[in-house]
Amino acid sequence: MGITTNICTVLENSQIASGIYNLTVKTHQSADAKPGQFVNIYCEGKTLRRPISICEIDKNLQTLRFVYQVKGEGTKWLSRVQAGQSLDILGPLGHGFNVSKARKVVFVGGGIGAPPLLETAKQCNFIPDAILGFKSKDFAILIDDFKKYCENVQVSTDDGSLGYHGLVTELLKERLQSDCDLVCACGPKPMLKAVAKIAEERGVECQVSLEERMGCGLGACLVCVCKVKSGEGGFRYAQVCRYGPVINSKEVVW
Amino acid sequence: MADLSVNIAGVRFKNPVVTASGTFGFGREFSQVYDLSKLGGIACKGITLKPRDGNPPPRIAETPSGILNSVGLQNPGVDWFVKHEVPWLKKYDTVIIANVAGNEIADYCEVVERLNESQVDMIELNISCPNVKQGGVAFGTSAKAAGEITKAVRNVCKKPLAVKLSPNVANIGDIAAAVESEGADAVSLINTITGMRIDINTRRPILTNNTGGLSGPAVFPIAVRMVYEVSRRVTIPVIGMGGIATWQDAVEIMLAGACLVQVGTANFTDPYAPLKIIEGIEQYLDQNVISSVTEIVGKVQIYE
Repeated sequence: MGITTNICTVLENSQIASGIYNLTVKTHQSADAKPGQFVNIYCEGKTLRRPISICEIDKNLQTLRFVYQVKGEGTKWLSRVQAGQSLDILGPLGHGFNVSKARKVVFVGGGIGAPPLLETAKQCNFIPDAILGFKSKDFAILIDDFKKYCENVQVSTDDGSLGYHGLVTELLKERLQSDCDLVCACGPKPMLKAVAKIAEERGVECQVSLEERMGCGLGACLVCVCKVKSGEGGFRYAQVCRYGPVINSKEVVW
Repeated sequence: MADLSVNIAGVRFKNPVVTASGTFGFGREFSQVYDLSKLGGIACKGITLKPRDGNPPPRIAETPSGILNSVGLQNPGVDWFVKHEVPWLKKYDTVIIANVAGNEIADYCEVVERLNESQVDMIELNISCPNVKQGGVAFGTSAKAAGEITKAVRNVCKKPLAVKLSPNVANIGDIAAAVESEGADAVSLINTITGMRIDINTRRPILTNNTGGLSGPAVFPIAVRMVYEVSRRVTIPVIGMGGIATWQDAVEIMLAGACLVQVGTANFTDPYAPLKIIEGIEQYLDQNVISSVTEIVGKVQIYE
């Protein structure tokens, strides 16, 4: 099937944390979806679709689950869509995480960066660990979901209202003193940069999921670019939507 | 069934819908979504003599009914285009329009000379890109400069030549007349309108280029007006674009004087937009018992 647009039926769309919603749709696009990929959702009256990462894929039930945060007018509209209504979804898009060769993966999710890591955790060959960081307990999401697929789930909050009082990077430093051969991270860019540095210093491969303002979502319009290393000490602009969103951290020019 | 085909400067388009430059790459990405042979044509991403990195991101900002972009002509250069992209695109039964940009007249001429030997069907001279520091729109904002570059390129160009005009001018009809008199086979309009957005919290422009080009439904009425004005000033075909999102928009701009339409920003809202527009035009013609799409071109009945 590849990339298609589909008018999907919404099965569920409900708030699970402060400004954060859980959306499940019925769609054949689940058949081709891979962990870490995203879809582009049409929001009524908006010129641009909204890129939302895939949180869970159920090929049997033909469903895709998304967990998204209301950030602007598009996602505000999305949050008002009711179960039973339909959504126009383009996807699946981009390149996701590759965990097929890893023995022990540690996932690092920051805030709304956690969702795409969940399906990836499910598809690991060996049971992974997760470190999830949130602003406060009001914004904490998916902790129980990660516990289903991970051996150890550590949680940190900026204000100490839940779990460790501090940053995910501090927990990661400690975690990487023991067995791990791949770090998969998604979250704010400063977090990704710090996570990549910690992993690289310890010689552990690190895949990061990047974010940039997008246009077509397919790779044609060249607006959502990030700097990746090219040639000797040089760089080129690669499309986050097509080349990424998941990229090996060593390729990224931070 | 109405005849949807259109001939411009000896090039036959099977239907009047072409994807607009900059929104469609060289077709590869959208070919994953549908068969490109369904399109009347593809206006490829603007190409320059040497590869260009483009501007730092963010390169896009949403606006009411549109977007601002400042990609800055990121492209792999003409040699890559001729060697890798054109042969690939030739697999499809659709018109290939090469969009040419540059810093200086000599650059434009050199690119066009390299395209002469390629299998592109038509050249669209981009003298209207607002997002590069040199060249680009500078050639498109005065009738004299637009005429000069058209003349120079015409001298070396062996392909049908369209000139893509900027709307950021006082009188677009004067520019169109100038390029017509220097030998352009067609004009295409409008490119984007220069705009700006600022984040009120950071007090920084949203685009790293500070300003960008506005496109999408927000600019459509301006495009209709300019196509109308230009089609009354020149005898060469007018290719209309600017915010066309539906078949009704396409019919409207054709009534204003466009022989062919280009669909750009709508590709982001709905990748199937060009196909829906082709279907809608056909139904409109059939329902109104019009045998050829060419019959509606310029047929607006103006109030005297």
